[in-house]
Formats: sequence, C-alpha cells, structure tokens
Amino acid sequence: MTALTPCGDWRASYAADTTIFPTRNSRIALLVGLALLCCAPLVFGRYELSLLINIGFLGIAALGLNILVGFTGQISIGHAAFFGLGAFVSAYLHERYHVPVLLCIPIAGLVTAVIGLVFGAPAARLKGLYLAIATLAAQFILEDFFARAQWFTGGVAGRMTESPVLFGLAFDRDESYFYLTLAYVVVMFLGAANLMRSRDGRALVAVRDHYLSAEMMGINLAYYRTLSFGIASLYAGIGGALYAHYLLFVSVEAFNILFSIQFLGMVIIGGLGSVMGSLMGAAFMVMLPEVTQWGADLLAGSAIDRALKLGASISFLREMVVGAAIILFLIFEPDGLARRWRLIKAYWKLYPYSH
Amino acid sequence: MDTALLLQLTLNGLIVGALYGVVAMSFVLIYKASQVVNFAQGEFLLVGAWVCWWFLTEWQLPFYAGFLFTLVFMMLFGLVLQVVVLRPLIGEPVISVIMATIGLGIFFQALMKWIFGVFAKPFPPIFAMEQVRVLGLEVQTVYLASLGVSLLIMAGFGWFFKASKHGLAMRATAFDQQVAQSLGVSVPKVFAMSWAISAVVSAVAGVVVGVVNGVSSALSFYGIKVFPAVILGGLDSILGAVLGGVIVGLLENWAHYIDSQWLNWGNMFQIAPFYALVLILLIKPYGLFGTKNIERV
Repeated sequence: MTALTPCGDWRASYAADTTIFPTRNSRIALLVGLALLCCAPLVFGRYELSLLINIGFLGIAALGLNILVGFTGQISIGHAAFFGLGAFVSAYLHERYHVPVLLCIPIAGLVTAVIGLVFGAPAARLKGLYLAIATLAAQFILEDFFARAQWFTGGVAGRMTESPVLFGLAFDRDESYFYLTLAYVVVMFLGAANLMRSRDGRALVAVRDHYLSAEMMGINLAYYRTLSFGIASLYAGIGGALYAHYLLFVSVEAFNILFSIQFLGMVIIGGLGSVMGSLMGAAFMVMLPEVTQWGADLLAGSAIDRALKLGASISFLREMVVGAAIILFLIFEPDGLARRWRLIKAYWKLYPYSH
Repeated sequence: MDTALLLQLTLNGLIVGALYGVVAMSFVLIYKASQVVNFAQGEFLLVGAWVCWWFLTEWQLPFYAGFLFTLVFMMLFGLVLQVVVLRPLIGEPVISVIMATIGLGIFFQALMKWIFGVFAKPFPPIFAMEQVRVLGLEVQTVYLASLGVSLLIMAGFGWFFKASKHGLAMRATAFDQQVAQSLGVSVPKVFAMSWAISAVVSAVAGVVVGVVNGVSSALSFYGIKVFPAVILGGLDSILGAVLGGVIVGLLENWAHYIDSQWLNWGNMFQIAPFYALVLILLIKPYGLFGTKNIERV
C-alpha cells in the first residue's frame, strides 16, 4: 500500500478496486480524525457539542436516504416520517416494555427497517417521479397516523423518554452522549462503505444507472429496490432513536414534510452517491440556520434589521435560506460538497503543479 | 343520514373540485410542455393571492385593476422563475428538477410569511350579495363566482390549445421537441410561456380561494392536493386533470361526510385523497387518460 495515489489508474486487481482506503495516508487520516473527534468534549462547550451530536444523528439518517436516492436512484420525500417512526418506536419500547434504552436504539432501527420493507414492497414497482409522489403521500399518511395513534405517540402531548444507561453510567450529558453518537456514526458509515463494496451494493448502483440493463444482467429489480428502501429505513430509524434519547422528548409535529425536504437537501448538498458526502451535507444543513442566526445577530439593531424585522422573523429566514441553498447547489454545484472536497484535495496534492 | 348535509358537501366538493381542476390543469401544462414536475404550484396560488391582497388593501385599488396588475405580475414571475432557475437544469436528472421546485416552494412560502405574517387575512368584500339560494341550498356568491371563473378558465384552455397559434406550438413541443424545433417553434420560448401561463392561471385560483377563505399559507396546500388529481387523471392529460380535480374535491367532501356521520376519526378530509393516491399508483399508475410510457433499451 502506497502513501499517495500514483498518477494514472493503477488498480490492477479486483481487491485494489474495492478497497475502502486507497492509500496508507487515507487510513491514517481517518484514524487521526477520529482521535481528534474523541477529544472534542474536552475542547468544546455544550453548544458546539450539541451541534456535533445533531450532525451525527442527522448524518446517519441522511446516509440512509443517500443509499436510497444516491445509490439506488429511488426518490423518497417521506424520510422524516421514518425518522420519526424510529424515534417513537424506541421511546415506546422503553416506556411500555422497559427495554433498556441502549437496546431500544438498534431494535427501533430494525422495526423501522421492517416497516420500511412493507412500504417499499409496493414502491418497488414505481420509480422516478411516481415514486416521489407516492412517498409524498406516505409522508402525509404517516404524519396523520402519528397524530392519531395516542397509545403509540402520546398524541398531541408527545412522548417523554429517558437517556441510555450502561453499567450505571448514564449518557445524560452532552459529553457522554457525544461518544454514543460518534460510535453509531462510525459503525453506520463503515457499514455503508462496506455495503457499496459488496455484490449487493454494486447491484444497487446498477439499478440506478440503468434499470433495464441491470434487470437483463440478472439483477432482481423488485428485490433490490425493496432492499434499498429497507436499508434507508434502518438508518432513518437508528438516527431517529438517537434523536429521541438525546432530546428526551418526541413531538408529533416534528416530522413534517419540511424535515423530509431537509433530508433531501442534505443528500443533494453533500453529494448524491457519496458516503462521506451525507455527513458533509448534514453538517451543512445543521450549520446553515446557525450561520443565519449569527448573520441576523450581527445586524441586530442596525437600519437593515429595523427595516426587515430580522429578529422577529428569523424562523422564516432560516427556511428561506434552506430553500435557496438547495436551489443554488443544484444550479452551481450539482455534485455537491463531496466533489468540491475532492477538488480541494487534488489541488493540494498537486500543488504547486496543479496544471 | 343527513341528506341536506350530503347535498351541501357534494356542492362544496364540486366547487372546490373545479378549483383543484384549474390548479391541476396549470400543473399539467408545465409538465406537458417542459417535463418538469412542479412541486411549487401551491406557492403560485399563495404568491398570487398575497400580491392581489396587497394591491387591494395597501394601494386601495378597485378589484378589477388590482386583479389585472396581479396577473401581469404573475406572468413576469413565472417567466423569471423559468429563465433563472429551471433553464439551467434542462437535461439534469428528475431528482434535481424536483428538488429545485421543492426548494422554490420552501423559499416562497417562507418569504410570504415573512412579508405578510402568518395569520389569515380577509379580502375586502367584492360582491354586494353575500348569499344566494340555489335549489333550496344557501350558496355564497363567491362560490358561484369561483365556479364560473373555473369553467371560464377551462373553456379558455380548450380554445387556446385547439385554435391559437401558441397553443398549437405548445402541443407540438409536448409531442416531440425536435420535430417542433425543426418546424420553427422556439422551444425555450414555449417553456417560458408555459410557466407564465401556469403562474397566471394558478394566481386566479389563488385569488378566488383567497376571496372565499382569506389569504394564508394554507393556500399552498392546494399545490399538494394537485398530485392526487393529476395522478388520477393521468399526468399529461389536461382533460384528465380537470376530471381528477373534480373527483378529488368530491372524494374529500364525501370522506368528510362518512367520517362525520359514522367513523368519527377526524381529519379524513385532508388525508382521504392521499390514500386514494397510493391506491391509484399501485393499480393504474398512468391514470385515466395518461399516455403509457413504453421504454426501450
């Protein structure tokens, strides 16, 4: 294994083509990055940590959506509903059956995956725009179900839940919950990266690239489309469960269509079909409202602020910024942050002979 | 059985359904001409209604003048959107185009809330008579007027596509872009025109709903109710869109009736069309009048 990728394509063997870490440096970089992240609670305050935790569980769910949209080419406008399902299942299992919270999180992921498979089976017949509309309908139906199912979600009042506990050690502070989220992020992202190296992962990509050709090569379309829906729901469920036990309260109204659109925004801004891009997109989507807030705070008291009522309408401003970011990325950077990151890396690798 | 309520709801369904039909028609217009699925259709209604409200209350214009200015504004609005946002995305995958229109939807919904606030605001009264009696039922004048406006727009569309030069150019583009281009039709112009017309027609529907219920961000929900209507009718059929709209309008009111009489689940009014939508997609995804796509490798 070399330290840098040599010029030209030197992937001579099958193993070299499917490796996760193309160079020794990339593996070292990942380990160093993880070690640095582990030190984060020592350096950062509560606010920064809570942002990082948010990026973590949203990134997991966004990765699931990226497997569905970016790798399999199936559009879903109902991801937030599955995210919410995971949150409610986990909270419900803990309260009703007193399952330990640490166990609740993976179980919630599996239950959501099964429900995702049920929803995905009919969706396997649909694609493109028809699927987008069907999942839009699923979003509204599930949202309605959340509001209606008092026994499950607590209805309008929402559902309280508790922090995870491991051997008497409670993950009830941002510092400790950060490590839990980080562990899940590492496991889920490694899982996705490995899935894409496997036979099933390649089948998903083939379905995206040309579904008729894929079918002719013996790939079972219905099976892989359903499977992809199930995997996406698994990720959404785990992300949602992490969300539930972090906020300790799950409200019925949280999982609306706007949230679903934000997930799609993360995937598009991060880069369709890029595992790390999902995390970058989630980070971007989490930071965007914060940056908007900082901008508004900077202008507070000035003439612009008084004329536009920035302070009072900051929530609308945030929504507008999300919409604008999605449109601008689609027009100017359709391959997302992942491509920008590759360009930056290539620039520094070749510096100063970049041309 | 409450026959009077059923009749009243059926009438409501027809009137609201006609409005859905109008919005669905303008949705299909964009889809047919430029293959773009417009998730921001509801925001066209919203923007149109707010702009008209602004002309009427802040500027104190008489209704016909304010309405006319609104239509001109919406025409420019549709043109600018198409040229600035949608034109760079020609040839991009479906998901990009869908996401762009979703982004537009969020953007304008939030912008309208920012400018005009979150509360519903009523239009100044336009008709002298509040209610009239039709077949023994109390009907608001505005409802009747809205039914009239819907029918007028539908007739206008019929004429436009059958007889006018631009309408024929649009149909030619929808049929085959290359053939249309070779016959001298400017395809970019047709795309821009379809967006302009769609925005104007949606704005008319928005103003009508605004006059009836007051203007609020609830208007943008019409854009989502359009999906059951167009899928039912077939995505690329104007006639299907009208019929689908009426059926969805009737369906939600009847669902409301059944719910209020027997089930008492609540909220069936909002959700029933989406159950229908899922069913249609599973059984007959190309709708009643849509063309079936045949794909070849």
